[in-house]
Amino acid sequence: MPAEKMSLARALNEALRTALEEDPAILVMGEDVGTLGGVFRVTDGLKKDFGEDRVIDTPLAESGIVGTAIGLALGGYRPVVEIQFDGFVFPAYDQIVTQLAKLHARSDGRIRMPVVIRIPYGGGIGAVEHHSDSPEALFAHVAGLKVVSPSNPEDGYWMLRQAIRSDDPVIFFEPKRRYWDTAEVDLTARPEPLHQARVVRPGTDLTLVGYGPTVKLCLEAAEAAEGRSLEVVDLRTVSPVDFDTIQRSVERTHRLVVVHEAPVFFGAGAEIAARITTRCFYTLEAPVLRVGGYHAPYPAARLEEEFLPDVDRVLDAVDRSLAY
Amino acid sequence: MTATGSQRSQGPDEPTVPPALDFAEALNAFMSHREDLGMLQLLTPEGTLVSPPDRTPGYAPELLRTLYQDMVVSRAFDTEATALQRQGELGLWPSLTGQEAAQVGSAHALRPDDYVFPSYREHAVAWCRGVDPVDIVKLFRGVTNGGWDPKKSNFHLYTLVVGSHVLHATGYAMSLVKKGSDAAAIAYFGDGASSEGDVAEAFTFASVHEAPVVFFCQNNQWAISEPVERQLRGPLYRRADGFGFPGVRVDGNDALAVHAVTNAALEHVRAGNGPFLIEAFTYRMGAHTTSDDPTRYRRQTEVEHWRARDPIARLRTHLTEADHTTPEFFDEVEEKAREVAYRVRRETRTMPNPHRLTVFDHVYAEGHATVDEEREQSEEHHRNTIANGETE
Repeated sequence: MPAEKMSLARALNEALRTALEEDPAILVMGEDVGTLGGVFRVTDGLKKDFGEDRVIDTPLAESGIVGTAIGLALGGYRPVVEIQFDGFVFPAYDQIVTQLAKLHARSDGRIRMPVVIRIPYGGGIGAVEHHSDSPEALFAHVAGLKVVSPSNPEDGYWMLRQAIRSDDPVIFFEPKRRYWDTAEVDLTARPEPLHQARVVRPGTDLTLVGYGPTVKLCLEAAEAAEGRSLEVVDLRTVSPVDFDTIQRSVERTHRLVVVHEAPVFFGAGAEIAARITTRCFYTLEAPVLRVGGYHAPYPAARLEEEFLPDVDRVLDAVDRSLAY
Repeated sequence: MTATGSQRSQGPDEPTVPPALDFAEALNAFMSHREDLGMLQLLTPEGTLVSPPDRTPGYAPELLRTLYQDMVVSRAFDTEATALQRQGELGLWPSLTGQEAAQVGSAHALRPDDYVFPSYREHAVAWCRGVDPVDIVKLFRGVTNGGWDPKKSNFHLYTLVVGSHVLHATGYAMSLVKKGSDAAAIAYFGDGASSEGDVAEAFTFASVHEAPVVFFCQNNQWAISEPVERQLRGPLYRRADGFGFPGVRVDGNDALAVHAVTNAALEHVRAGNGPFLIEAFTYRMGAHTTSDDPTRYRRQTEVEHWRARDPIARLRTHLTEADHTTPEFFDEVEEKAREVAYRVRRETRTMPNPHRLTVFDHVYAEGHATVDEEREQSEEHHRNTIANGETE
């Protein structure tokens, strides 16, 4: 099958469709995922083709959605759960953190929790309050969970397929501002391992690391950085972080700037900065710098441009790094 | 306010409106329920067998003896574990004493392929499901966060965050329907847990998905130091009404009634009628756990009131008076209970600590680079410690 041009939302839909066709144990469940096809239409048409027994419109109760998904997994199913928006995941946080993440360890490996939790996340679409958030660090901090975020349609397709195949619980963050970005998707490609980062643009002067919504931003910044050769790494996965790929990049460029939408304070960038500083202490020409959101509640939509990292803020960090 | 049903026109396109009730009458009906602590009972506290109007209990003496034996063994195990905690062998122990009938009666109504989701006090249910009591102790001694293979006995791991597992039972029951199985799930939880949102969400999910799950609430009157009045003001079993499924209150200190009600509930859920709530009205005789002191929050007269309703004593009286046993039977049961308690004591005291590196085992099914890295760091640290001549 040749590569096909499609949006991220459509690629995710294709991934769910293929998974449902391949394995009768896979279930799709969440609020409005059935008849409506999800508020972002990621599950569009699936209920029509696979029936309401496999594409389940649930009551409006997030803890209930994740808690029953855990029970369904105990019964041998592989639920793919949709939480409608980032800001709505917290009623389910207890089930995710105290139950889903720990059952494998508590059972000495006897119980597996092949549950995927899809969460549309991040800003940039002018949404109202509690509809734009980047809580990935809160999940990455929890042992037992894997946290991933695709940045483009092809990764969206393959990473979701891989997440569904995983026997570990995966929190699958979908950058909602990229849902409508289109690109070629090779449905027959041999995908890279789920937790492997990728150098998406080679460079020699500085490494920019992003994931999910900020990969495109990093590429735009690299393009705009006149006279500077910036390498861009798409992390793809926040837990585990592929530190080896970042380390190799930094050993080439000697400088690192991490870019994410989530608040910088105690964020994924802090972990990356600490570990890369440990690994590359004698290689780094400058401290690892971070660009991201502020330590403030996600602002009202008319202010989000101030809150979100943009090309100017990324280039400012690049200049500061190069000034050392 | 009067009934208005007759004044409404009943056009074919109009939705059916339930007739309005006289408010005072409805309130009275509700309050009389609330005041009426009457409940299903087959065996009185004095050990007399009573028949409900529509059912003759046909309990085989063999079953009655089994229920009795399992209650006695469970109490002996519980007493021993409490003692072990007091002697520093266990970090904590939640005692079940007083709740044996609720647990043993319900457990014996289950089939082996039914799946049990316990809270953390269901030691007697565990015993009836064939879980080794020593494995239960492991959790409270702190050598593991689990302790047994849930799939071997269809008895899930204990859940210490109260109410969470009621959702797992519901999801599991949903999986049974999908697989075309006629097995059921049962979730044990307490009156305190019934306040948790997860329990309400489980009721919602089970109801709308018609999941074959029995919600078995042991209302033992106290959530640590808070009396049941701090958790709810209406009768607990009537919560089911609002979710659209049946609920019933049973004398939780009457193993026979609990067995009969659980059987009926399982029959109901297996037939595809959706969930069922049982409120087993019982009493926790001891502390919530060995960490609290019940004399600070409840009166001795209350404890004595319930002691007179002891589940084991009443079945023993009945077994004796109905001539279902020989005197040797009671001696044999005592001996068996002593053996179990002794084995628990012996094996607990010689239980080895787990190897330090097991911290890194089973964090993930498929591995995680950070876990691997930290395991190596830990190993290196210990190698250096040994190299420096320090004992491990």
